Amino acid sequence: MHAPDGFINAPVSAAAGVVAAGAIAVSLRGARRELDERTAPLAGLVAAFIFAVQMLNFPVGAGTSGHLLGGALAAILVGPYTGVLCVSVVLLMQAVLFADGGLTALGVNITTMAITTTVVAYALFRGLVKLLPRGRRTLTAASFVAALLSVPASAVVFTLLYAVGGTTDVSLGKVATAMVGVHLLIGLGEAVITALTVGAVVAVRPDLVHGARGLRQKLKLRVNGELVDAPQATEPGPPDTPGAAPSPVAARSRRTLWITGLVTSLVLAGFVSFYASADPDGLEKVATDHGIDEKAEEHGLTGSPLADYGVEDVDDDRLSGGLAGVIGVGATVVAGSGVFWAVRRRRTGEEAEAADPSRTSV
Amino acid sequence: MGAGPEHKLYRHGHSPVHALPPHTKLAAVFAFVVVVVSTPREAMWAFALYAGLLAAVARTARVPAGFLLKRLLIEVPFVAFAVLLPFVAEGERVDVLGMSLSVGGLWGAWNVLAKGTLGVAASVLLAATTELRELLLGLQRLKLPPLLVQIASFMVRYGDVITDEMRRMRIARESRGFEARGIRHWGVLAKSAGALFIRSYERGERVHLAMVSRGYAGSMPVIDEVTASRAQWSYALALPSAALVVCLLGWTL
Repeated sequence: MHAPDGFINAPVSAAAGVVAAGAIAVSLRGARRELDERTAPLAGLVAAFIFAVQMLNFPVGAGTSGHLLGGALAAILVGPYTGVLCVSVVLLMQAVLFADGGLTALGVNITTMAITTTVVAYALFRGLVKLLPRGRRTLTAASFVAALLSVPASAVVFTLLYAVGGTTDVSLGKVATAMVGVHLLIGLGEAVITALTVGAVVAVRPDLVHGARGLRQKLKLRVNGELVDAPQATEPGPPDTPGAAPSPVAARSRRTLWITGLVTSLVLAGFVSFYASADPDGLEKVATDHGIDEKAEEHGLTGSPLADYGVEDVDDDRLSGGLAGVIGVGATVVAGSGVFWAVRRRRTGEEAEAADPSRTSV
Repeated sequence: MGAGPEHKLYRHGHSPVHALPPHTKLAAVFAFVVVVVSTPREAMWAFALYAGLLAAVARTARVPAGFLLKRLLIEVPFVAFAVLLPFVAEGERVDVLGMSLSVGGLWGAWNVLAKGTLGVAASVLLAATTELRELLLGLQRLKLPPLLVQIASFMVRYGDVITDEMRRMRIARESRGFEARGIRHWGVLAKSAGALFIRSYERGERVHLAMVSRGYAGSMPVIDEVTASRAQWSYALALPSAALVVCLLGWTL
């Protein structure tokens, strides 16, 4: 899956490099917030873990075996920022030391394998954990789905990069079906292994699983045969944050999560439907009909999301499909968050009312 | 530096290439690969010249050809992919040995093969003549974020430790009669991976505490500043500038 040099042309490689550098810069700041000065040793050791676990072979049977890619696992275990950093460092070292993946393709590789997998996996994971009832089974299911979809998502991003700057003229439909098809299978293996591994860690040290923070059972005391919430003072928190600090941090992380989720779903809705409706046979037919024009037309098609929207009649359907997807997601998000906001406001109001008298009675 | 970690790709030596400061080598390799990638694929002779340039560097570095060729095996997956290209690509077809191949696909396969191989060969030469520690120092000199370099250095320093930990767990599994044969055994392997994560994380915390107790406050002290003289820079950049000349010729001819 590591792209070599010369597979994606120079300008697109450079653009992907800029994207990767930006994402790494953001992750460096984010990881410092997640881990503060422990960042270097902890992220380094987790990167070493990812590197080692990629060598752990899982036999599929009949002599073949697969291994973990680790993006989703890193995101769930140590958080998205640290996850991006760890996988990027692994890729960097693989490119510089082991010549695995080209140096100029490093940006492409980091964008597809480090950023896409971790961000998609983490957004899905947090979303599912919020939606489903609490419990260990939820964690396992959420990490299964997150890992399952993170791998094809990375294949989709790679196909997009290929569409813009591929150096070979294999038709997009073929590349997309081959890449996404194969990676759906890989994603299945990745999902099973990730879910089992997360389950194993949660069973022993649930406090280490970043994605499961805030899901810990509250400490209850049995007072006169009744279960009572233990006082909050014993909650171990970061030593340097005063008591009021946690709420803005939580709000901020929720906001970033919300934005990443929105962006991901927009990208998925916009671009995936853009290509999903591009029936491979149709594309091939167009290619054979137009003969030599094929290459030029492909360029027109791929430039269209970036340049103005006025393109030939062929791409109009797909483009409008993609646009419709984006608009649909936008409408859904607005409606959904409106309902969610209203419900939450009412519930917090009720809770506040309910909490006050009980406190006075105790 | 006998006690330092040495990776398997490194080949000890005292050639002029070994003696160059690491960041000049890194910059040279990167520039070379960029030049190679931006060469038009129709200029086949240009790629032969690039290969000649790399061979000259390997000769100066006294890296034997067999060593280099063996390391090139890492790109076998791409070769398999490139062989497929002429069969699946579109465009006008040409008959070779009774098979209908796509012209565009043949060009694409050539493009990926030539550029990929040259890139891998350049990286292998870099890794063969530069120690791991020097490589990290070089990355730092090239203004990579210090935190990123620290993470990378922790990764390479503890990579062997973690891999060893994994090996010990495998031996423990096997000495209890376990043999992974199929999907049914994934649960056991995944539990090992989970245990490995917990051990790595806890080791990271211990390492951090040990560092704090020795006065670490967020950044590592630089004890050996590597600088490069103008002569060293020009010596290192001889490779990419020669390649640039070839590339310009390839565009104009």
